[in-house]
Amino acid sequence: MNQLIHKKEQKSEITAQDQLRQYLTFQAGNENLAISILDVKEIIELNTITDVPMTPDYIRGVINLRGNVVPVIDLSARLGRQSSEITKRSCIVLVQVEYNDDAQLLGMLVDAVDEILEIPEANIMPPPDFGADIRTDFIQSMGRVGDEFIILLNINRVLSIKELSQLKQVADFESSHLNKEALN
Amino acid sequence: MSDMNPALETFSQEVDELLTAMEEALLGLEATPDDSESINSIFRAMHTIKGSSGLFGFDDVVAFTHEAETVLDKVRSGERAIDAELVSVLLACKDHTAQIIQHAFFNEELPLPDELQQQGQALIVQLTGSSRAVGGMSTTQQEKIDHFEVDVNTTDSSDNWVISLAFETNALRNGMDPLSFIRYLQTLGKIVEVVITMPPLIRIENMDPESCYLNFKIVFNSSADKKTIEDVFEFAEDDCDITILPPNSRQEHYLQLLANLPEDQLKRLGEMLIEIGALTEKEVANILDEQLDENNADAKPLGEMLLEKNILQQPVIEQALKKQETVKQKINKESNYIRVDAAKLGYLINLVGELVISGAAMRLMVDKHGLSDVDDVASTMSHLVEDIRDTALQLRMVQIGETFTRFQRVVHDVSKELGKQIQLQITGGESELDKTVVEKINDPLTHLVRNSLDHGIETPAERLRAGKPEKGTIQLNAYHDSGRIVIQISDDGKGLDADKIVAKAIAKGLIKPDQALSRSEIYNLIFEPGLSTKEEASNLSGRGVGMDVVRRNIEALRGSVSVDSELGEGTVVTIHLPLTLAIIDGFMVEAQQERYIIPLSMVEECVEMSSDEWQIDEVQHYVNLRGQVLPYLRLGDFFHNHKKHSKTQRESLVVVRFGEAKAGFVVDELHGENQTVIKPLGKLFENLNGIGGATVLGSGDVALILDVQGLIQHAKKQIVR
Repeated sequence: MNQLIHKKEQKSEITAQDQLRQYLTFQAGNENLAISILDVKEIIELNTITDVPMTPDYIRGVINLRGNVVPVIDLSARLGRQSSEITKRSCIVLVQVEYNDDAQLLGMLVDAVDEILEIPEANIMPPPDFGADIRTDFIQSMGRVGDEFIILLNINRVLSIKELSQLKQVADFESSHLNKEALN
Repeated sequence: MSDMNPALETFSQEVDELLTAMEEALLGLEATPDDSESINSIFRAMHTIKGSSGLFGFDDVVAFTHEAETVLDKVRSGERAIDAELVSVLLACKDHTAQIIQHAFFNEELPLPDELQQQGQALIVQLTGSSRAVGGMSTTQQEKIDHFEVDVNTTDSSDNWVISLAFETNALRNGMDPLSFIRYLQTLGKIVEVVITMPPLIRIENMDPESCYLNFKIVFNSSADKKTIEDVFEFAEDDCDITILPPNSRQEHYLQLLANLPEDQLKRLGEMLIEIGALTEKEVANILDEQLDENNADAKPLGEMLLEKNILQQPVIEQALKKQETVKQKINKESNYIRVDAAKLGYLINLVGELVISGAAMRLMVDKHGLSDVDDVASTMSHLVEDIRDTALQLRMVQIGETFTRFQRVVHDVSKELGKQIQLQITGGESELDKTVVEKINDPLTHLVRNSLDHGIETPAERLRAGKPEKGTIQLNAYHDSGRIVIQISDDGKGLDADKIVAKAIAKGLIKPDQALSRSEIYNLIFEPGLSTKEEASNLSGRGVGMDVVRRNIEALRGSVSVDSELGEGTVVTIHLPLTLAIIDGFMVEAQQERYIIPLSMVEECVEMSSDEWQIDEVQHYVNLRGQVLPYLRLGDFFHNHKKHSKTQRESLVVVRFGEAKAGFVVDELHGENQTVIKPLGKLFENLNGIGGATVLGSGDVALILDVQGLIQHAKKQIVR
């Protein structure tokens, strides 16, 4: 019995390794980025996003995904850039992140989705110690495609629920700011 | 938990239920020590756990519960009296059982840790040690009584066992000595009379001296049970026909045992009679063999055969049959309940939620296209959907009584610890509310009850001095009130001291010294953070972190809590809670092109916001509503300052009420009532105050549900800054 399970695990590991080299590339904030294809649940076109007040800029709002309410994160804003402008090519990449043993579905607003790339293990490099304008812990590794490097994001860090949900302090500050203006 | 196999999981649930029942029964016994139903329920719990644990090979559990069961069996048969001490030990046994079972579940392979083992040993000693003392005493008493009876009753043989021994002719050849059995029998009681009967006379010349021709009828007085007596003749079985007829007093004893027999499972007549000790396994096996042996049409039922063979008296058999019938009925009744996986139920409720949403979407379409003939059908369906919604939610409703009765234990333990005398009265336990609410209300409720125990009720001496009965009372009450459930925790203790609270609140800077407060405002200050009136904190409550947490938890359930008190008379804490968390009646408003839902139960009224009448300016944020000051909040501005506000349309003021306070929300448009299926916003927004959840509208868009209290508090904080 145990052996069987063991075998099964090994098997799935092998397929996982095959897929590990596949990455979904997309654009956010005028930069080519990629995440492992295993993290991607679904890509959906943009619909109405309901704004959630009193939240930081990088929380774009919530959408209705087949009857479930799913938060949408503005990736560009999260990476410390401008908020994304909604264009025809804007997409929401749905990813699942782990939090306290619970899986939470999150939408990631990106400017455009490009393609699925296979990057051989040999072309994956560790992230540079400095030099990138993105927080280093967000970068999982660098993938070389041709002559270019694409940043492979560590999705569990970028969309860390623990970090994102610390919105209270930010929200308090921001909306108190807003409110003062409203009062003036 | 996840790796637990289904059988184990069922067992774990069963154990939980049994132990809860046991605790309840034990606490019940304190009040009515002779309640046989309670004793049975305790016995049943230990008995069933022992049996099931055996199935799973939890030897430690079996060993421990066996001891407890033995003691309980004695209690059940009346050999051992139940007293407060025994109840306490048994409560500890219940806790210990829960612990070792927990251990067995999760560390199946590991032996029991030493401390648990020692705890178990100690409990067994407490259990059996005292039981031995009591048991020993009762037997000596018994002996005396026996003696006494024999003296008087020598003529009256009705109260004696009648043992018939019919030895085979070969008995002597096989080394049996009938006399030795009879002698041995004397160790168990007193032989009142021995009648020796002979088979139809045989001519003396045909008589074989080595054969046995004697039959004995022994009238025997003993308190031993049937099994013990039968065991005396164990070696003679093969060469002797033995029937043991119990005495008439035993008959009553059997009848009583029969009446007390647990009614949880259907048993065969034979099994029941063995269980009460009226028959031995051997006897039943013999009779069943015979029943099969006869192998013909006139095979009689067990009961009749028993009568025929004169093994048992008629009333006992009749009673057993009757009992069998009632058990049968009871089991039929019980099987009307279905155990449903909570996840399945959750899924159903989700689906109903979807149904409500798509129902709303359909209504939207019907209205949009003005299909009058579809309208009828659509409204019939809306009604049905509403019914389905209500029924589905009803499925998840559970009575609050179980939650309440758990506090019997808390009160029992804590009052002992504090040296107070406190009784708990429960009313309205049959009030129903959603299971998820019940689960979440437990902690705040525990806190409030402990508060009453610790701070509310005085020590017996203090109470007597105050002219109150020595024993304090805490009441838990629940009732439905306009779509919400109201839970009250009241005590007849010393009450809240308004002066003390005010002094403390001023010291903590919660209020200004010259602030005029109404009585209820003062009492409700206790829910503010950092206010605890007891000078020294005990280990139960009173570190000043409690009451504000209680309020927060209750408000998280969209409920409210208030307190009223009379110094020296007592305190009443009242909690209002919604019945369910899944679907609410909502009131939809629009501000800056975004739609929001306000829980309808909080909406007091809607009025038009006209600048002329109300003297609204940009600086002040309150209006004069029929002579009352009403602070208000511009939802659009508050939420989306960055958007330009367009003040073209007429604005409305929605007046909301929460508890005693009122506030207004200024919105652009009112969309009216609708059924709102609450969708959680998820972990990401758990720190967000002011938004309680989200819902999906008929159009497929998401609208946010306002958490009125949170929003107002949020606004208050900002204004203060």
